Amino acid sequence: MATVTIKKTAKKSAPQKNIAAPADRLEVLKTYKIYIGGKFPRTESGRYYTASNNKKEVLANVCLSSRKDFRDAVIAARTAFGDWGSRAAFNRSQILYRIAEMLESRKAQFVDELVKQDSTRVQAEKEVELSIDRLIYYAGWCDKFQQLFSAVNPVASSHFNFSVPEPTGVVSVIAPQNDSLLGLVSVIAPVIAGGNTCIVLAAYTKPLCAVTFAEVLNSSDVPGGVINILTGKVSELAPYFADHMDVNAMIFCEKDAAVKKLIREKGALNLKRVTVYDSINWLSEKGQSPYFIMDTQEVKTTWHPIENIGGSAPGY
Amino acid sequence: MPEKIISYQPDFSQSPRVDQVGIIERASRFTKRSIKNETKMNGLLLALNMIDLTTLEGKDSEGKVKQMCYKAMHLHDAFEGLPTVAAVCVYPSMVKTAKLALGDSGVKVASVSTAFPSGQAPRDIKIRDTKFAVQQGADEIDMVISRGKFLEGEYNFVFDEIAAIKEACGNARLKVILETGELGTFDKVRKASDIAMHAGADFIKTSTGKISPAATMPVTLVMLEAIRDFYYKTGKMIGMKPAGGISKSKLALHYLVMLNETLGESWMNNQWFRFGASSLANDVLMQVMKAKTGVYQGKDYFAID
Repeated sequence: MATVTIKKTAKKSAPQKNIAAPADRLEVLKTYKIYIGGKFPRTESGRYYTASNNKKEVLANVCLSSRKDFRDAVIAARTAFGDWGSRAAFNRSQILYRIAEMLESRKAQFVDELVKQDSTRVQAEKEVELSIDRLIYYAGWCDKFQQLFSAVNPVASSHFNFSVPEPTGVVSVIAPQNDSLLGLVSVIAPVIAGGNTCIVLAAYTKPLCAVTFAEVLNSSDVPGGVINILTGKVSELAPYFADHMDVNAMIFCEKDAAVKKLIREKGALNLKRVTVYDSINWLSEKGQSPYFIMDTQEVKTTWHPIENIGGSAPGY
Repeated sequence: MPEKIISYQPDFSQSPRVDQVGIIERASRFTKRSIKNETKMNGLLLALNMIDLTTLEGKDSEGKVKQMCYKAMHLHDAFEGLPTVAAVCVYPSMVKTAKLALGDSGVKVASVSTAFPSGQAPRDIKIRDTKFAVQQGADEIDMVISRGKFLEGEYNFVFDEIAAIKEACGNARLKVILETGELGTFDKVRKASDIAMHAGADFIKTSTGKISPAATMPVTLVMLEAIRDFYYKTGKMIGMKPAGGISKSKLALHYLVMLNETLGESWMNNQWFRFGASSLANDVLMQVMKAKTGVYQGKDYFAID
């Protein structure tokens, strides 16, 4: 029997084709892990949850991150901040552009994942394209928003007085829970474009794109630790995102009033810059603006002693 | 305490051999203990109290040393009732400044000497270096052994040198730095430990902190076992000071576990165990504050030195 079969295949076409016949092969499933410091560890807690879509299909077993994962991610982000924040703005711009390039080349994969997560194919394609365009948009802003938001200030003494935006530091972000890719990109991009580093909690029920986006980041010259992505529960992690003393700013993208209150209270502990984006339609034009960059910038004003400003008279 | 120095000198070529695989395996076991809540808190406070807060740089100035001494006495005033560190460790030229700055706080002044960190100087210079530090008020002397001579097999030279420095120390306690990163094997570390203890060391210390690798858990375990064997043989307790590369509180707790399980409770105080470190203190302080407030801490809220 066996010989007969072999003869048959040999006649038909190349034998390799028969080996790869789908029925014989077990599909290799991806382990959706978290992204900390440029590496893909599992959660230190060993916990997981099962994400499923509206049709009750199981999407994946996903890491249920713990506060210790968050703590580790903050250490990674703090370590990465020195280098990322002091890079030339133009270089950050190049890297953001590179993320967009990598995302473009994996478009199909993201569309598939969004479809699994209950989007229609048309919606999914639109979301992925918008995400790519948004990265390009912020890549452009990297070395331009400073000029727009800087100022030379008139003062009454003989000082040259000027204000410039500077990155705030480490930013913790709880990403939008619905637009799992576009929302994620729309909140991360302005944060890192401004020279901050961040720890992002991805959408709980739709985590696939976030983890795959981490793979895109990993292959696009973004230094490890600049963006750290966790998956898990908002209610569990929000307090730690808000009260960690080594986090300088926080972004929250949900409407939950109780969590908002908690974040503002705990964030006050070290005067975190807390920003809430609870009613922004990321699909619209309003989902992108250089003002988003300014939300995680702080303005430094310098008083430089000078004898005489202007040609003949002091002041402007 | 010259009567405690025993009079015979054993054959150091007969120092026990060390089972490298066994030591590494054993050392890694100490990192598996779960230490939580009050035990962790007590461990952290004990670790703080065992620190030799160290600055050994060419750029050290009086201002830097004074600032570090203040830190040694006031680790983090937001937390009441914290212990001080055990000692500050400085170059001989800074001993006087440190002594004045510390006053009667109980924090000791340790001074490196004997042409630290290389130890490449004639013996009379090393002795003068030591005597100078003691005259300036050093309570403890951290000497380096002549690693070159040791590796040449000149064990008597190394022994005599340590004994001579011990004599120059007077009442100051002598810590002998083996610089294990330059010795190469555990066998040699064990041998150097035996030589140092027999020659009159009050403490044996792993490293200068200038060479990598500095202190590791396996190498510290080898030295702790040498101390244990020496104690069984002579009844004399010797202190241990791992130095260099211990900058995280978790690692410090692992060292305390190792100390407790190798030498026992009599060694669990700063009379017999020290951490040579500069950045460990802040990490421990952050952990202590985390335990107190329940909030993860950031380094911005702790004094640099």
